Amino acid sequence: MSLTADSPAQEPITGPAIAVTDLVKTYGEVRAVRGVSFEVAAGEVFGFLGPNGAGKSTTINMLCTLAKPTSGRASVAGHDVVRERDDVRRNIGLVFQDPTLDGYLTAAQNLRLHAELYGVQSDLVRPRMEQVMEMVGLWERRDGVVGTFSGGMRRRLEIARGLMHSPRVLFLDEPTIGLDPQTRRSIWSYIRELQEREEITIFMTTHYMDEAEWCDRIAIMDHGEIVALDPPETLKAAVGTDRITIHTDDDDTAIAALAEQFGIEAHVSEGAIVFGIPSGEQFVPRLFAEFRVPIRSVAISRPTLDDVFMSYTGTTIRDAEEDPARHRSRVMMQMMNRR
Amino acid sequence: MSTVRPSPTSTSDGPPPASRAPVVRVRVPQRTLGSELRAIKIVWRREIIRYFADRLRILTTLVQPLLFLFVLGSGLQQLSSAGTHGVDLKTFIYPGILAISVLFTAMFSAASIVWDREFGFLREMMVAPVRRSSIVIGKCIGGATVAGVQGVIVLCLAGLVHVPYDPLMILEILGLQLLLAFSVTAFGVMLAVRINQMQSFMGIMQMVVTPMFFISGALFPASGLPAWLTVLNRIDPLTYAVDPMRRIVFDHLNLNPLARAALDPGVHWWSFRVPTLLETAVVLVLGLGMLGVAIWEFSATE
Repeated sequence: MSLTADSPAQEPITGPAIAVTDLVKTYGEVRAVRGVSFEVAAGEVFGFLGPNGAGKSTTINMLCTLAKPTSGRASVAGHDVVRERDDVRRNIGLVFQDPTLDGYLTAAQNLRLHAELYGVQSDLVRPRMEQVMEMVGLWERRDGVVGTFSGGMRRRLEIARGLMHSPRVLFLDEPTIGLDPQTRRSIWSYIRELQEREEITIFMTTHYMDEAEWCDRIAIMDHGEIVALDPPETLKAAVGTDRITIHTDDDDTAIAALAEQFGIEAHVSEGAIVFGIPSGEQFVPRLFAEFRVPIRSVAISRPTLDDVFMSYTGTTIRDAEEDPARHRSRVMMQMMNRR
Repeated sequence: MSTVRPSPTSTSDGPPPASRAPVVRVRVPQRTLGSELRAIKIVWRREIIRYFADRLRILTTLVQPLLFLFVLGSGLQQLSSAGTHGVDLKTFIYPGILAISVLFTAMFSAASIVWDREFGFLREMMVAPVRRSSIVIGKCIGGATVAGVQGVIVLCLAGLVHVPYDPLMILEILGLQLLLAFSVTAFGVMLAVRINQMQSFMGIMQMVVTPMFFISGALFPASGLPAWLTVLNRIDPLTYAVDPMRRIVFDHLNLNPLARAALDPGVHWWSFRVPTLLETAVVLVLGLGMLGVAIWEFSATE
């Protein structure tokens, strides 16, 4: 890569930030990742979604050069994860699921250590440190010993540390797991701010459905394979129907009228009329204009990513996690099939 | 297949909001010898920072050597005065204590790799764009430095056991302590790389380090021992650190030749008396060998 002498900025971003082709990882008999392929564009916030044991962490480990692929290829920031391991490492930032801070050191010492390990130019260490710590609101606490920090503060500090060397791709493995809703929200606002300010590509795993909606695109992984990959809106549209709930003065007449006028099959649930319809927001104006029965209130609820996950995997994320037997029996069946 | 988002650069085309400072961008350079040295230095510094942050550890690692020196030394004095030719037993075991204070501290430093693994910090170092060997070397130099500081504390006690504060002696002892500490840390790191739990490491320390210390001749002269103990003593690497330390200390004492011969018999391979320089070389070569194994092991882990 060429750099102009007067530009201290990053190497120019050309091509996708992440490109993965037929990536496979097997541990003995277990095929943790079974041939996944995808690309992540530069500047994208890419979500990797799936239950525990779906192969998310294994995939992220291969992309971060922490695990060697059994077969297939992957490149991150334009560098091959196997052949150009160090080049990949120079260009990525990592925030792990488990904390990796030194609790005996202060926040600033932790960041300084990171900067030294990554060879950040000495004169830029301090201003960069101030910037990333300001972003996560920890600059005032820079001389506090990390061991005394709360879980949310540590996670914020880890995000700041992952950014110390201006990575082009930031990997976040379950960045908000175990945090309270307020901290989760603030972490998401940092992530969005980051993406705007630093022109960074963000690759994250999560199994919080509500968070996945913040991503530009989502890949849903189940049993080592990608079962869906699209923007959240597209994924939800693919599920088909929005759910519409209306209150009327005369429910029986309304249900009959719905069937007669629009061919919709509705039913009463918890004192309201409920029915499903594609593109609910377009249907509601029609409903008001044409419906004979007076309507007191209306509510549209969009399909959630839980519905999406359900439609692709036949189970909710929570059920998928709580039922290891299902996975085990699948693995056993595969082992038997191979004989 | 990828949907390209609206160009991310478009947001930075406009003037940045007034409240925001411009983004400080840094660039991670290609790996060079300089960056490896920087990595070694910061891993080393972390050991130092942690050592001085943990005052309790400075005390706890001192307790054991001091118990041996003053309690065992004073307690056994009455039994052994005939055998020591009038030399205070504390004076006799003092060089051994100089060695083992370093031994325990260095093993403790190596143990921090296990802590780092348990608390996840090791991963932060493993994914950095530096050689694994830099991390191991930094760790070993750090362990050596910390153990050296601990050694200085024990050196300060020389006056209490009738050993003079001779500058040359202090320098020689310090050099040997640093060398021993480096080798022991390398040994500890070699063990620690494969161990995931602190409890297991502590168990191994009990199983390996305590016998090493007892067999080394830190508490008794390494001559006229039963055959099995003689063999074990000659195998024990610590023997080759304790013996030169004793010689250096005794060189600065006024002892009658009889006492000197009984208390400082030297280490013999059959009839060959191993010279100090060779003993030092043994410690150095073993240390470098174990460092090599530690680096190899550390690099092999995913």
